[in-house]
Amino acid sequence: MIGMHALLHVIFASGFLANRPVRAALAVGGGTAVVSAVVGVFTVMRGQSFAAHALGDVSSAGGSASYLLGVRPMVGFIGMGVLAAAGMEWADMQDARERDLATGVILGAGLALTALFLYLDTTSGSASGAAIAILFGSMFTLPATIVLPALAAGAVAVVTVGALYRPLLLSSLSAELAAAQGTRVRLVGLAHALALALAVSLSAMSVGAILSPALLIGPAATALRLVNRPGLAMALAALLGIAAVWGGILLAYDSYYWTPGHGWPVSFFIVSLIFLGYVVANVARSSRK
Amino acid sequence: MSMFTGIMTNTWIAGTLVAIVAGVVGLFVVIRRAAFAAHVLPLSAFPGAAAASLLGVNSLAGLVTFSGLGVLGITRLERWGRREVATALWLAASLGLGTLLLSMTGQYSQEVYSLLFGEVLGVSRGAMISIAVLSIVAVATVGVLFRPLLLDTVSPELCQAAGASSRRMELAFLGVLALSTAMVLPVVGALMVFSLMVGPASCARALTDEPHMAVLLSIALSLVTVWSAIALSYFSNWPVGFFVGALGALSYAAGRAYRRFVH
Repeated sequence: MIGMHALLHVIFASGFLANRPVRAALAVGGGTAVVSAVVGVFTVMRGQSFAAHALGDVSSAGGSASYLLGVRPMVGFIGMGVLAAAGMEWADMQDARERDLATGVILGAGLALTALFLYLDTTSGSASGAAIAILFGSMFTLPATIVLPALAAGAVAVVTVGALYRPLLLSSLSAELAAAQGTRVRLVGLAHALALALAVSLSAMSVGAILSPALLIGPAATALRLVNRPGLAMALAALLGIAAVWGGILLAYDSYYWTPGHGWPVSFFIVSLIFLGYVVANVARSSRK
Repeated sequence: MSMFTGIMTNTWIAGTLVAIVAGVVGLFVVIRRAAFAAHVLPLSAFPGAAAASLLGVNSLAGLVTFSGLGVLGITRLERWGRREVATALWLAASLGLGTLLLSMTGQYSQEVYSLLFGEVLGVSRGAMISIAVLSIVAVATVGVLFRPLLLDTVSPELCQAAGASSRRMELAFLGVLALSTAMVLPVVGALMVFSLMVGPASCARALTDEPHMAVLLSIALSLVTVWSAIALSYFSNWPVGFFVGALGALSYAAGRAYRRFVH
């Protein structure tokens, strides 16, 4: 019993759960992991990993613009994300073979704007260090006021995917078959793109542009390697995502005690856990065969 | 200080070399639909700069090593499933590592910003020599592999029949991409490397179907992009990355418009 207590004390460094920023990070990180898992499974199935990554970066451009314009960051992140998703869907409709290129160019334009806005942010002196905060995110400095609206935006994305589950599944597997059965493939595609934009901008805002695509693609891809049914994959991906986020937060908190006075970044731990999960799942799968 | 003297001389020479390499390699990025890889390799090289500064070695060596590791990592992960998933996961892992290494070096946000978005004034004489050597190697490799690469892009089966395996072509292409990435990165920034590769090249591709003509056009447009970006950045003091990205998007749009209305 005493041994157990000592072990727990080693794992949960003192004050872990009593710490307010830690609790906010656990809540927002966990919520983001669930939203990302649900939206991520269809994103992986539809081959839109690049779009997901691009949306994360472009919505960061909205974030950096909002510092400059003095509007709420959430408006900037989501506005820019939705705009870019609509642009990508439109380019895809024009010429599906150019999807890769069009996504890239929209990403490039978004990054150009990020470069400019960040430069103007730092020279106007309104937010020094904004570049690091926006690109790399820090879950331990989340303002408490964004927790509720961020989770509400995530809920909208989850409900959209849930409501469109069957047509989305059908059109992700075979667009021709879905169209023959009377599914409005383009409309479904657009709705998914908007849900994706919402999920990505939410996670870019809460956990940073680096973690956002990792959380969206990693657990979903891992789950799809382990189970076949998309619904089951979503549940498994949500569990994997939550495990990675909470494990990462715990390790980052503990790391303050490994190297005195200087913690390791939380994004590093979460991404490593996600990456490790994908590798382990694949190795396990190929050794089973 | 005039725009063409002193410290700016190195900038113009480095910018010109970078533009030529980006124009040549970029055309293959466009026709092989490798935009995602072209975006990810620079970012996978990015932790290399931090690792080099931790170990006290040359930063270009760090960049080349890490973008090479990126090629190996992506091709290994690709065996397990979709290519974009492999690429996306490698990107996430690299950026995670980059965050850790940066937090260890304690670099100022200004330095991180220039690594990501470019710093035209940061080219030293020593860096010039390595940039020149790398650009010769990259352009020469593409020159030697020009026909098989093109063949492999159009028809992998034909290429196989001619004795060059598609897999080896892909590895060679990614190798050249990684090398050119590492040299373009310090000048235009990790996030803008691929804008420079994809923008002018996609416009050239839209303007002509003839491969040699497309290479020349791509180089020309890339030179115009880099030169204008340096000049505009010099006069406005705005970051060079903004102009590279904006001009890249403009060339793509111009190419599309030409295909649509003129062609």
